[in-house]
Amino acid sequence: MTQSHRTTEPEHRKPTTATAMRLIVPLQGVVQGRGGLILGSLIPCALFYLLQFYLKRHRSPNPPSPSTSSSNLAGLPRTSSRSTLSSRGSLGPVRISARGSSIAKPDDSPYYIGLNKFRDDPYDKINNPNGIIQLGLAENTSCLDLIEKWVSENLSDSIMGRDGDDLSISGITTYQPFDGMMELKVAMAGFMSQVLGQAVSFDPSQIVLTAGATPAVEILCFCLADHGNALLVPSPYYPGFDRDIRFRTGVELIPVHCRSTDNFAFSITALDQAFNQARKRGVKVRGILICNPANPVGNIIPRETLYELLDFAREKNIHVISDEIYGGSIFGNEEFVSVAEILEAEEVDKDRVHIIYGLSKDLSLPGFRTGVIYSYNESVLAAAKKLTRFCSISAPTQRLLISMLSDTKFIQEYLETNKRRIKKLYDSFVAGLKQLGIRCSESSAGLYCWADMSGLIPSYSEKGELELWDKLLNIAKINVTPGSACHCIEPGWFRCCFTSLTHEDIPLVIERIQKVAETCK
Amino acid sequence: MAIEIEQPSVSVGLSKVAVSETHGEDSPYFAGWKAYDENPYEESTNPSGVIQMGLAENQVSFDLLEEYLEQQPEASTWGKGAPGFRENALFQDYHGLKSFRQAMASFMEQIRGGRAKFDLNRIVVTAGATAANELLTFILADPGDALLVPTPYYPGFDRDLRWRTGIKIVPIHCDSSNNFQITPQALEAAYKEAESKDVRVRGVLITNPSNPLGATIQRSVLEELLDFATRKNIHLVSDEIYSGSAFSSSEFVSIAEILEARQYKDSERVHIVYSLSKDLGLPGFRVGTIYSYNDKVVTTARRMSSFTLISSQTQYLLASMLSNKKFTENYIKTNRERLQKRYQMIIEGLRSAGIECLKGNAGLFCWMNLSPLLEEQTREGELALWDSMLHEVKLNISPGSSCHCSEPGWFRVCFANMSEQTLEVALKRIHNFMQKRERRRN
Repeated sequence: MTQSHRTTEPEHRKPTTATAMRLIVPLQGVVQGRGGLILGSLIPCALFYLLQFYLKRHRSPNPPSPSTSSSNLAGLPRTSSRSTLSSRGSLGPVRISARGSSIAKPDDSPYYIGLNKFRDDPYDKINNPNGIIQLGLAENTSCLDLIEKWVSENLSDSIMGRDGDDLSISGITTYQPFDGMMELKVAMAGFMSQVLGQAVSFDPSQIVLTAGATPAVEILCFCLADHGNALLVPSPYYPGFDRDIRFRTGVELIPVHCRSTDNFAFSITALDQAFNQARKRGVKVRGILICNPANPVGNIIPRETLYELLDFAREKNIHVISDEIYGGSIFGNEEFVSVAEILEAEEVDKDRVHIIYGLSKDLSLPGFRTGVIYSYNESVLAAAKKLTRFCSISAPTQRLLISMLSDTKFIQEYLETNKRRIKKLYDSFVAGLKQLGIRCSESSAGLYCWADMSGLIPSYSEKGELELWDKLLNIAKINVTPGSACHCIEPGWFRCCFTSLTHEDIPLVIERIQKVAETCK
Repeated sequence: MAIEIEQPSVSVGLSKVAVSETHGEDSPYFAGWKAYDENPYEESTNPSGVIQMGLAENQVSFDLLEEYLEQQPEASTWGKGAPGFRENALFQDYHGLKSFRQAMASFMEQIRGGRAKFDLNRIVVTAGATAANELLTFILADPGDALLVPTPYYPGFDRDLRWRTGIKIVPIHCDSSNNFQITPQALEAAYKEAESKDVRVRGVLITNPSNPLGATIQRSVLEELLDFATRKNIHLVSDEIYSGSAFSSSEFVSIAEILEARQYKDSERVHIVYSLSKDLGLPGFRVGTIYSYNDKVVTTARRMSSFTLISSQTQYLLASMLSNKKFTENYIKTNRERLQKRYQMIIEGLRSAGIECLKGNAGLFCWMNLSPLLEEQTREGELALWDSMLHEVKLNISPGSSCHCSEPGWFRVCFANMSEQTLEVALKRIHNFMQKRERRRN
C-alpha cells in the first residue's frame, strides 16, 4: 500500500485552526469509540488535549504556507468577500461540500502528524544531523541503486522506443486505453508471477492498471460497496486505509481486532462476531479487506486460513479484497501463498476475490504511480476499467515499465537481492531493539517491524502509548507509527520502517531510542 | 414425487456505482467510436473505412514535440546518472513536483499572453482534466446537489461530474439565436429549475473556450457569470483546457483576467481546470491541474489528488519542457496558426458543400449546422442523420443531442486529429453526400 509521503501543507498557524482541532478531534475520538465506550470518550479527549500541548511546545517556527507565499499575487485577500452576499441569507464565505470539509480538517492522526513533522525537519547525515529520522514511511531504498543502473543503461530506448527507424513517441502521446496498455498488462502479469516464484500465472485480461494502489483500493470499494456499507478489516491495519477508503466512498471500516497472543493472526470466529455485530447495528458488510503480507505486523496469512476465509466469504456471500502489495518483500522463511494460488488450484467461487498490487513497495517506485486491480469478476473488471479514466498511469512511465518488467533477468536479480538486503536490515534493526529490551513480533515480510514498547509506556493505555510516541518524535526525533493509529487494540506497539535506513543509521536510531527508553524506566 | 429444481446460487452483489449506467458508454457518442474501432480509415490499407471526427485530439503540432525531445536529450535520459533519479522514483508527494508546478504556472501565463498571473502554490496536480473536474465536484458539492452547466456541453461531463460524486447537472439552455451564448435569463432559469426540484445548486461549470462550440466566451458574459455566482454565493469552475487552442491569443479571455481586473474580489469561489491533453497534444501523459483561488479547496484538492497523481517521471520531463521559454513560445504560436489554418480549411470545404457552421475561434472542432437536412426537427431526426453519416458516409461525428443541445441538427466535427489529406478525404465524402441528396431531391 502506498504509504504516501503525505507531506500535507504545514498546519496553518491560524488560531482558528487550533481551536477547531481542539473541538473536532476529541469528538472524533468519542464517535470512533476506540477501545470501548469509556476509553473511547475520556481517553481520546484527554490525550488529544495533551497532544496539542506537546505539539504546541515543539512546533518549529514559521513554515511556509501557500497563503503567505502568494505575496506576488497582488492584493489577493485572505478573507472572503462579504459585501455582495445573496439576500437568500447564506452568510459567510462560499461553502465547500460536507465531504470536502471533513477532508480539509487538519490531520489528527499521529501517522500523518509524524509525516508532517518529518517534512519540516528531515534528518540528513551532513546537513541536518539532529533532524527527525523517518521510520514512519514504508519506503524501500535499499535496492534503488539496481534500478538506477538499469535505467541509465536502458532509458532512452525504453521511452523513445526505437522501432526500426522510427522515433516513436507517437505511441505514447495519444490517448491510450485508460486501464493501461496491453503490453504493460502482459509485462505486469509476468512480473506478478515472478514475484510469486511462478507459483501462479496471471491473466493480463484480468488486470486493470491504476495510478498507484491507492486509487486501486478506492475503485474496488466503489464497485463492491455502497455508501454506508462496511468492510471488515483485521487490525492493526495500514492507517492510510482510513483515508483512502472512507474519504469519498462513504464505506465504513470495521476493525476486527487481533492479539499478540496469536501473533496478530486473525480468526474466522472474530470475523464472524464482527459480521454479526454489524448486522445488529443495521450495517451491511460487503467484504473483508486483508493485507497479505500484513501491514503493520508483517506476518503472512497461512494457507489454511486463506481457505477458511474464502469459505467464510462464501457463506456470507461477501467479497474478499487481498492487498498483496508486499508480496515481493518477503525476507523470512515462511511460505507466502497468494490468494490467487488457491483460486487457481481449487474450484472455488472466484467472483468474490480481488487482488490489489503495485510497484511502490516491491520495486521501490512509488513516484511512478503504478497500481493493479486483479479480479476474477467480469462485472467488476468492466466497471473498474471505466473508472480508471480518473487515474491512469502516464504513458511514458508505462513504456519505461514495459521495458523494465520484461527484462526478466534483471527482475529476478532484483527480487532476490531485495529480499537479502531487507533481511539484513531487519536482522540488524531487530537485534538493536532487542538490546534495549524491546521485542518485535514474529514477521517474515514487509518493510517494517512491529515493536512492543509497552514496557516503556507510562500507563498501559492509548494515552500512555501516545505519550511515548510523542517523546520518540520530539525528543528522540524518530518518527514511528503508534499502534493506535493502526487501530491496534493493545497499547504500546509501534511500527518501525527500516528499509530507508542504511546500516550506519541503525545504531544511531537505537541510540536515540535508548536515551528516551532510559527516561521511561 | 418431489421435483428437484436446481436453484442458481446467489451471486455476490456489486455496488450501485458499479451497475449504474451513468458511465454513459451506451450513448451514440461512444457508439460511433465503436464503429470506428471496428473499421478505422487508413489511407493506404483501408481507404473506405470510418474517418474518426469524433475525437478531440490535437496532432497538428506533434512534430514540434518530437523535435524538442530529439534535441533535448536530457529531458528523456534523466536516468543516465542525472541527479534526481532516486528522488524522483520515490517522489509521491501530493503537492506535486515544485519545478513542474512552476513550469505549469508559467505556461498558463504564456497562453494568456501574460494577462494573468498564476501562483505555483495554488496548482494541484491530477492525472488529467477528467480527474480534475471530478475531484473539484467532490469538493464543491454533496450527493444530490447540482452544478449548472451551459448546453451544449462535452458529453463526458455526464459521467465525469456525476458518476461517483452523485451530483446532478442542471443545464443552462443556450441556443443559436445568439450563437449559443450564455444569457443572464438562462442562468436564472436554470437556478430556478433546480430550486423548484428542491435541489441545491453549488456552482456553475463553464468550458472556455467552449466544447463543442469551438468558440471563446466573451468578456461581458464572464463578468455576468462571476456576478451571478457571487449573488448566489456559489462556485464558478472554468475548464480552460482549450485555452492554448484559441486561434488568436487576444480573443481568449480567461476568468483569471477578470479576477485580476477586480483585484481578486470574490475570487475564492473561482477554480480553473487545465490540462496538456489538448493544447500540447499529450493526452497519453495524463496531465491535469486544478488552479484554485480558495485556500481550503487547494488544501482539500491536494489531499484528494493522492487518488490521481501524475507520475514523477512525467512531471520531471514536463518541468523541463514547459520551462523552456523558447520552445513554449514557438509551440503556442505555431499551434494556434496551424489550428486556424485547419479550421479555415474545413469551414470552406463545408461551405462549398452548402453547410454552415457556427463562427468559431478556438478548439479542435467546429460546430456544424445540419438542421436543414433533417427529415424532422427532432432528436430522432438528428440521430437518423447521424446514423447515415456514420454508416453511409463513414464519418464519425458527434450529434448535438449527446451534448444536450436543445436544438436538433447540430454536430461537432473534429479536425485536428488527422492529417490534411485525411481531412480532404472527409470533406470530399461530405461533398458527395450533399450532391447525392440534391440529386435525390430534384
